[in-house]
Amino acid sequence: MLPSLWSRTSPVACTSEPPASILPLVLRGVGYRVNGKVLLADISFTLQAGGASFILGPNGAGKSLLLRLCHGLLVPSGGEIRWQGPAAAEAPRHQTMVLQHPVLLSRSVAANVDYALRLRGLPRALRHARVAEALQRVGLLPLARRPARVLSGGEKQRLALARAWALRPQVLFLDEPTASLDPAATRAVEEVIRDIRDQGIKVVMTSHDLAQARRLADEVLFLHHGRLLEQAAAQAFFSEPRSAEGRAFLRGELLW
Amino acid sequence: MPELQAAFASALSLIVSGDPQLAEIVLLSLRVSLSALAVASALGLPLGAALALARFPGRGALILLVNALMGLPPVVVGLLIYILLSRSGPLGFLGLLFTPTAMIVAQTVLILPIVVALTHQVVEELWAELGEQLRSLGARRRQALWTLLWEGRYTLLIAVLAGFGRSIAEVGAVIIVGGNIAHVTRTMTTAIALETSKGDLPLALGLGLVLICLALLVNAAVSLVKDIARRLHV
Repeated sequence: MLPSLWSRTSPVACTSEPPASILPLVLRGVGYRVNGKVLLADISFTLQAGGASFILGPNGAGKSLLLRLCHGLLVPSGGEIRWQGPAAAEAPRHQTMVLQHPVLLSRSVAANVDYALRLRGLPRALRHARVAEALQRVGLLPLARRPARVLSGGEKQRLALARAWALRPQVLFLDEPTASLDPAATRAVEEVIRDIRDQGIKVVMTSHDLAQARRLADEVLFLHHGRLLEQAAAQAFFSEPRSAEGRAFLRGELLW
Repeated sequence: MPELQAAFASALSLIVSGDPQLAEIVLLSLRVSLSALAVASALGLPLGAALALARFPGRGALILLVNALMGLPPVVVGLLIYILLSRSGPLGFLGLLFTPTAMIVAQTVLILPIVVALTHQVVEELWAELGEQLRSLGARRRQALWTLLWEGRYTLLIAVLAGFGRSIAEVGAVIIVGGNIAHVTRTMTTAIALETSKGDLPLALGLGLVLICLALLVNAAVSLVKDIARRLHV
């Protein structure tokens, strides 16, 4: 098993008894093809518990695709993806995803969070407190009764994060969560992501925003043309990328 | 022209005075069409959603078939139900022919494909939009089915109203299986057909006016629903 790859240790929230982990996540020789076109090839890496792992790379590198494969929304054309923690059998219920464009239901802010908890079979008595707690954390509690679809872009994304958070996942996948937000909303969303990570939830996130990666990443996986060129601690990657493509990317010269 | 004017005037007075014969016919029509609509919606909404979400062999062919059935000629539906329900037919023992129930059955068959096809279309679009997130949240397809029906509630209401529009206005199916028996199975459309051929224009015209008003009402309801949905930003 690989040693922990990031320098900073994340403060883990004290819970009475930490549930068995589904991590690490191991990918071996994973490939993905559509109509014979190779979109991802020979990807192998291990994600350990804790911290924020960023999948970086220029447009079209296959970042979102890789995220969906890890989450199980897509099935790889080759190779294997395996959760190897003691709770691996229950992996699906311990992970969730937030998309670039938040997908919300046409109901109230609170009902959107409640819906996700109901899917997990949580009894009504427990749901109410959890919904309030999650909304409080992202600062949306005052808007709990508003229809979700009238929220601003940043508020929608915070609601999507609150919904994910309320599920208390071990792993949270984020696909370019701030790509369509203005700077103020981006800051608010990053704040929430940092809180989530600091709770000990593993964050796996795609981004093409280098400044954001510098602010949030503990570990970087650098993807280019469907191949994984580097996996390194964030500090190491940003100070001294090993690949020529990585250096070009950091200089802002690699657009796709 | 004066005969027409007189017919029009007496039609109006039939409506305004609440003529019992006219009222009876209107009420029966509404009862038959609304019952058919209720049955077709109860079956068609979940079926249409299932058709959008489930994956099974022959699904494509079934979707084609349902879409084709949307344009089913009412007389053909009437004929088929007539054969099924006639005394020597497989369901003849039920003794349903020439009863309002037979008309409800025929109209249900007529509008079920409309409700199924439109629901399928609406739910398929919603699944494309929401499916990935719902799966990520752990929704099984059966749970997603009800979620998507609820998500599409306003659009689906319009589909249901379209079904009502078709059933209240059709004449071919109800006249064959109902028989246009006075006080029993006489609806607005069958009465118009009969009274026109008998030359009793006032009653036919009066019923025609009621039908036009209903059509207007349904259309007004559709745009009201759209308006409400837009105002709620859903």
